[in-house]
Amino acid sequence: MLVYIVKRLLLLPLLLLVFSVIAFILIQAPPGDFVTSYVAELAASGSSMDRLQIDALRELYGLDRPGYVQYFKWLTRMLQGDLGVSLDFQKPISELIGQRLLLTVILGLSTFLFTFAVAIPIGTISATRQYSFFDYFFTVFNYVGVATPTFMTALILMWLAFSKLGITITGLFSPEFADEPWSFARTVDLGKHIWLPIVILGMDGTARLARILRANLLDELNKPYMEMARAKGMPEWRLIMKYPVRLAINPLVSSLGWYLPLIFSGSLIVATVLNLPTIGPLLLRSLIGQDMFLAGAIVLSYFGLAVIGTLLSDILLAWLDPRIRMEEA
Amino acid sequence: MNPDHILSVRDLKTRFLMDEGTAKAVDGVSFDVSPGQVVGIVGESGCGKSVTIKSILGIVQKPGEVVGGEILFRQRGNGAAAAEMVDLAKLDGRGKEMRAIRGSDIALIPQEPMAALSPVHTIGNQLVEAVRLHQDVSKRRAEELAIERMTEVGVPNPAERMSMYSWELSGGLRQRVMIAMALSCSPRLLIADEPTTAIDVTTQAQVLRLLRGLQQNHGMAIIFITHDLGVIAQVADYVVVMYLGRVMETGPVDDIFHNPQHPYTRALLESIPSVHALSREPLPTIEGSIPHPFNRPAGCPFAPRCVAAMPGKCDRRTPKPTQLNGGQSVSCFLHNDAAEED
Ligand SMILES: Nc1ncnc2c1ncn2[C@@H]1O[C@H](COP(=O)(O)OP(=O)(O)OP(=O)(O)O)[C@@H](O)[C@H]1O
Ligand SMILES: [Mg+2]
Repeated sequence: MLVYIVKRLLLLPLLLLVFSVIAFILIQAPPGDFVTSYVAELAASGSSMDRLQIDALRELYGLDRPGYVQYFKWLTRMLQGDLGVSLDFQKPISELIGQRLLLTVILGLSTFLFTFAVAIPIGTISATRQYSFFDYFFTVFNYVGVATPTFMTALILMWLAFSKLGITITGLFSPEFADEPWSFARTVDLGKHIWLPIVILGMDGTARLARILRANLLDELNKPYMEMARAKGMPEWRLIMKYPVRLAINPLVSSLGWYLPLIFSGSLIVATVLNLPTIGPLLLRSLIGQDMFLAGAIVLSYFGLAVIGTLLSDILLAWLDPRIRMEEA
Repeated sequence: MNPDHILSVRDLKTRFLMDEGTAKAVDGVSFDVSPGQVVGIVGESGCGKSVTIKSILGIVQKPGEVVGGEILFRQRGNGAAAAEMVDLAKLDGRGKEMRAIRGSDIALIPQEPMAALSPVHTIGNQLVEAVRLHQDVSKRRAEELAIERMTEVGVPNPAERMSMYSWELSGGLRQRVMIAMALSCSPRLLIADEPTTAIDVTTQAQVLRLLRGLQQNHGMAIIFITHDLGVIAQVADYVVVMYLGRVMETGPVDDIFHNPQHPYTRALLESIPSVHALSREPLPTIEGSIPHPFNRPAGCPFAPRCVAAMPGKCDRRTPKPTQLNGGQSVSCFLHNDAAEED
C-alpha cells in the first residue's frame, strides 16, 4: 500500500511540470507582452512608470530573451511563491487566489461528499427494487438531472427563491461576513449558504453516479456469492450492503478520478451565475480582461486540484480493492 | 413421513414465471434422505438439479417460485422423539426461521468456489461470518473455530490463509475453504452442488475422498449433485436420476448401475466412456436434444428421445413413480401400465 502511494506521489511533480508548460503557453498566447499591457493599463488609469522601472520589469520577466528562458524565470518565481501581479486588480495574484482557492476546495469536497451520500442509497434502492415505483421515479429524476444544464438549475432555483420566498440566494456569505477574517460565526454563516450551491453543483454528478451504481449493482446481484451468502443464513439487507454494494462501489470510486476535477473546474458558469467567491468567476474575468498571469495561475491551480483528485481516487481505490493493492505493490 | 428420514421431498414444483412463458424447472420431484446417507442427484445440464436444492434451501429468487409440494425436514431435537418436523416449503425464504436452518442445519457447497467467495473480503472474514451467524461466540473464538475447520479439511497453514483473498488460492484450496465454511456449524445435511466440476481431475478425487471421510466422521447426510455418473459411483449410496424437472428413477447405487430400469438411466449409463471399450469405437450418445422447459413435450418428458417409447401412450400421458422390489422406483409405462399422473 505504501509503495503504491509513494509511486503515485513521485509522479506528481512530473505531471505538474507538464501542466506548467501548458499554463505558460496559455499565458503567452495573447499578442503583445505583459509589460506593454501593464504600462498601457497604468496609463489608462492615469498613473505612469518611469523607464527604469519598466526596464527592471522587462528584465524580471526576461522579455527580451527566448521563450524557454521566460518560462524558467516564471517557473522559478512560481516555485518561490511569487505568482506575479494581476493587471486588472493591481494586486499580487497569491492574495487574490488564496482565499478563493480555499473556498473552491471546501465547496468541491462538500459537493463530492454530498454526491456520494445521496447517490449510493438511491442507486442501491433502485437496483434492489428494480422496476418498482421508486426505481422509475429516480430513473426519471436522474435523466432530468443529467439533461438539465447545471447553470439552468441554478437560475431556476434563484428565480423561485426570489419570486416565491423573497430571498436572494447568491454568494457563500451574508454581506456582513463577506470580507471578514475567518471566525466561528463566519463558518456558521458559510454553512447556512453553502448547501444550495452544493445541491446545484452535485445534482448532475449524483444522477450520473446513481445510474452507474444501479447498473453495477444489478450485475452484482446475480453473482454466485449472493447465493452463498444467502445459503449461510445471512439477512438479506445485511448481505446486500456487505457484498454487492461494496463491490459495485469500486467502479464508482474510479470515476472519482474524473469527477472531482470536474466539480472543481466545471463549476465556472454556475459559480458565476450564483456569484460564488471561488476561483471560477475570477478565471472568467481574467480571460475576458486578458489578465494572463492571473489566468495562468488559476489554470495551474485547476491542474493541481485535478491531479490531487486523481491521486485521492487512486489511493481510495487501492484501499477498497485488495486486488489493485497487490497488483501495484 | 418415515421416521428414518431426515429430509423428505414430496412432489416439489418450482416455476419461473417469465414474459416468454412459464418454465417448469422442477415439476413434481420426490425423494428422501436418511441420516448419514449420501444421495446423488444426476441429470443433464438444465434438468433442474440446482433449482431443486435452491428450493430446499429457500433461496429461489424471483421470477422463480416454489408453487407446490412439501419439503419435510427433521429439525435438531433432544432425542429422536423430540425431533420436530418442519415443512421448509411453507417457510418464508427470507424469514428468521428459515435463516436459522440455512447455514446451520443445512449447509451448501457451491458449484463455483471462485465466484462464491467475495474477492474483496478475506477468507477469514467470510469464515468468521459463517460461524457467528449461528453461534453466539466472540470474534476470537470464531477465528479459532474457522482455523480448526480449515485444518480438518486439509488446508495447509490455515492461520495464514485467514488473511488471504480467494484469488490467492488454488482451485482445490478454494473448494476446501468452501467445505470448511459449510461445516462451520456442524450441519446435519450437506448439499454439494457439483462441487468438483470447476477443479482438475486429481484434485477432484481428493475432494471426493475428503467429503466421504467427513461424512463418516460427522455422520451427516449429503445431497450430492453432479452430471457425472462416474462421480456418483464413487460417493453415492442412493441415486436420483432427473430429466427435465422430473425424477425418472431412484434407487440404491448398485441397482442403478447394474440393474437400471428406466430407458433414460440406461442411455445415460451407455454414454459413459469405459476403460474396457475399444479405443476407436464411437461412444453411444442419446439421440436428440433436451427440449426447452418452455415447450416441454406432453406425456413423459423423455418420450421424444426414448428408444422404447410407445406412440399414443408415452407422448400423451405422464407416468408416475412405481415402487419396485429392492428400493428402486421408476416412472415409466414399461413397468406399470396404469401408474399415470392425474
Ligand atoms: N434464474 C432463472 N430464471 C429463469 N429460469 C431459470 C432460472 N434458473 C433456472 N431456470 C430454469 O430452470 C431450469 C433448470 O435449471 P437448473 O439450474 O436447476 O439446472 P441444473 O440441472 O442445475 O443444470 P446444470 O448442470 O447446468 O447446473 C433451467 O433450464 C431454466 O429453464
Ligand atoms: Mg446447476
